[in-house]
Amino acid sequence: MKEKCFIRGIGVVSAQGIWRSDFFDEAVEITVSKAYAEQPSYKELIAPNMIRRMSKGIKMGIYAAQQALDEAGVSELDAVITGTGLGCLEDSEKFLKNVLDNDEEFLTPTSFIQSTHNTVGAQIALRLGCKAYNFTYVNGAVSFESALLDSLEQLQGGDAHSILVGGIDEISGHTFTLKQLIGEVKADDVQETIRTSNSAGVNYGEGATFFTLSHVSSVDSYAEVVDVCVQNRLDKEELADFVDRFLDVNKLDRSVISALVLGNSGDITYDHYFEELGKLFEDRVQLYYKHLYGHSDIASAFGMATAAYVLKEQSIPENIVWKAGKQIPLTYVLLYNQYKGRDHSLVLLKRS
Amino acid sequence: MEELKEELKGKIIEVLNLEDIEVSDINDDDSLFGDGLGLDSIDALELIVLLDKGYGIKLSDPKQGKAIFESINTMADFISKNRTK
Amino acid sequence: MSRGVGITGMGIVSAIGLSVEENLLALSQSRCGISRIDNFDTRHRDNVLVGEIKLSNRDLEDRIGLTKGHSLTRTGMLGILAARQALQQAELDLKDTSIRTGLISSTSVGGMDVTEKYFYAYMQDVELQHYIRSHDAGVSTQQIADDLGLRGAVTTISTACSSAANAIMLGARLIKSGRLDRVIVGGTDALSKFTLNGFNTLMILSDTYCRPFDQHRKGLNLGEAAAYLVLESEELIAKEEKTVLARVVGYGNANDAFHQTASSENGEGAFLAMQKAFAVGGIEPRQIDYINVHGTATPNNDLSEGRALLRAFGEKVPIFSSTKSFTGHTLAAAAAIEAVYSVLAIQEGMVFPNLHFETAMEEFDLIPQVDVLHKEIDYVLSNSFGFGGNCSTLILGR
Repeated sequence: MKEKCFIRGIGVVSAQGIWRSDFFDEAVEITVSKAYAEQPSYKELIAPNMIRRMSKGIKMGIYAAQQALDEAGVSELDAVITGTGLGCLEDSEKFLKNVLDNDEEFLTPTSFIQSTHNTVGAQIALRLGCKAYNFTYVNGAVSFESALLDSLEQLQGGDAHSILVGGIDEISGHTFTLKQLIGEVKADDVQETIRTSNSAGVNYGEGATFFTLSHVSSVDSYAEVVDVCVQNRLDKEELADFVDRFLDVNKLDRSVISALVLGNSGDITYDHYFEELGKLFEDRVQLYYKHLYGHSDIASAFGMATAAYVLKEQSIPENIVWKAGKQIPLTYVLLYNQYKGRDHSLVLLKRS
Repeated sequence: MEELKEELKGKIIEVLNLEDIEVSDINDDDSLFGDGLGLDSIDALELIVLLDKGYGIKLSDPKQGKAIFESINTMADFISKNRTK
Repeated sequence: MSRGVGITGMGIVSAIGLSVEENLLALSQSRCGISRIDNFDTRHRDNVLVGEIKLSNRDLEDRIGLTKGHSLTRTGMLGILAARQALQQAELDLKDTSIRTGLISSTSVGGMDVTEKYFYAYMQDVELQHYIRSHDAGVSTQQIADDLGLRGAVTTISTACSSAANAIMLGARLIKSGRLDRVIVGGTDALSKFTLNGFNTLMILSDTYCRPFDQHRKGLNLGEAAAYLVLESEELIAKEEKTVLARVVGYGNANDAFHQTASSENGEGAFLAMQKAFAVGGIEPRQIDYINVHGTATPNNDLSEGRALLRAFGEKVPIFSSTKSFTGHTLAAAAAIEAVYSVLAIQEGMVFPNLHFETAMEEFDLIPQVDVLHKEIDYVLSNSFGFGGNCSTLILGR
């Protein structure tokens, strides 16, 4: 008998600030190519002798993680699992620049030791004194979904009872200049929203999103995570089969899905994948979220927070509707994401 | 010597990003590691680079740092005897 | 006792050889692959020794058959060479899409070897810009999957120096739970100025041959390598009548939660990882015939790991050695190449030596195996620890 996986707590640091009850009411659509996260105060949370070395990504991760733990009222963890596309970019870039600019002389270790991709997961464990399983996934747009898959395997298999899972990505100077150079991120003078986008590339948004997952539900649970799958490559024509196989494994079909949460990013060269997926569920409401969080490899974690929120509230904030659909009770929500036609993922949530 | 000590305190605060600490908070004989300023092994490596970059002193073994970095006094003493710039 | 997940193929490129056979030969002849850096310029050349693969990027391109304008980094190219070998030995037909196949790779530097060359040049030179996206760690995995023609569940783990152990662990779990039928697992990392200078700032690079578990050890030799193993489900192995080389029997990951880089004095994380691996495999410490230790030869690691071994095994610590004395510390690839060596140890009935050892450490009475030893080996335990307190243990069995 498979155990279950419930979302018990959520934590977010984003361009819209931190996770809170009126998060969506107050959210403002992003129109800039680089959306920096609104940083909360970290002093109450992180000891001064630790905080002095921490980059933005580490602090955002620690904050979002603690928010997710507090909301769930969980302190004992069986695993800390993170995903990040670009890793600890600020420290990584800082150390690299020092190596290049100083011709390998007078280098100090701090930025190097914090440049490894698993720094956020490690620092969360260190702060909590958590000796449990600790993994970090770094596979582009499925970095968070890989972490979620790992969590689900452990919870459903009965190997874990409580897991902290999340995604972090931060914006850093030169790397983003390079990303703009090759058109992955829109140029600084472009001011488009996802809906009005007429160009390739994305509005990038940094941030951290964490979840406390548990094998048992509570009255406050957001939703149940039913399943997740990742696929490195997929032609548009294979989408229908990809979705049907995923639902079939879970003994479900398309008819049970009450809403879609899509990863539209405003990159006009690849957003047609989302359109194609939408066609499979013609009359169902389609939601989106990257216009509030910005695109990043782990923005889909925020997509899951969005889906969890609507399932719990049983109502949909108007500003996340991509395409209206027929009004039905929200039971199953299907999330779909891809980046540049690669790294496709499906996540299925159910009302708990 | 006093000047060097003040200079060291300022540099340590800057290099180690000791946000809430002022030069006047550090006494010359306060221990820098452990119960004093609370520095750790990574800070010791940062200080080794500080010696190299600021005073032209190269340490090859991190263990040497232990005695040198005991306090501002010991650091200033070592620097004044060994500096090459 | 669980039978574990079957390994049906493996591939490796390291400083001691470009195939499984070449690696075995070097190991059995105690031939170490540590040398000066030749493939890139660094001011540290005369002060450090490394486990470098003596093929230039051009040589690698030729071996793989790449044409101009490709965007593979050295990390990606090493990965492709090793993964192709693993696929070939396991005789995988990736065209059959009814068999659910995955790739779980790992890397710590990703495309840093290219980024550090062109970081500023990218701004002026349009010809180079196709390399920009190759920087991200996950891209090396994408490129390996594309080269193999693999479509399926593909992901990448990066937990510093324990990465590949975690990739192997995840692969075994996904087979066990029935999510995948077969999976290629391992890791790849190229030498780079970035990591070389990084470890140099920590003052843990040795200027001589590294000597794990020696009283006078001075630090590690960095290395580069890639290795992959093919894991397949019982049903598939039975159906296709495949030869099982060895099995992934136990695994465990734990966090030391002590310090970002240093290991705790009593080796808590390492101890917990070993305990978990015993529990998963359902085997007793006394059943372990050989330990391929993490043994980086830094003062901190070997002391901490040694104490963890004493805690896990009591006074009867099995025969152990660190093969990093042959290859250097190959970071994210380390656990993958050491898993290949562990399989070879079982297959060949051979313990590979811990080179350059002279004097026992004063803290305990642990002496590594210094010569090639022939003996029957049923179970090998392999440790890998990384920055961020990440501790992993694999147990491989016959």
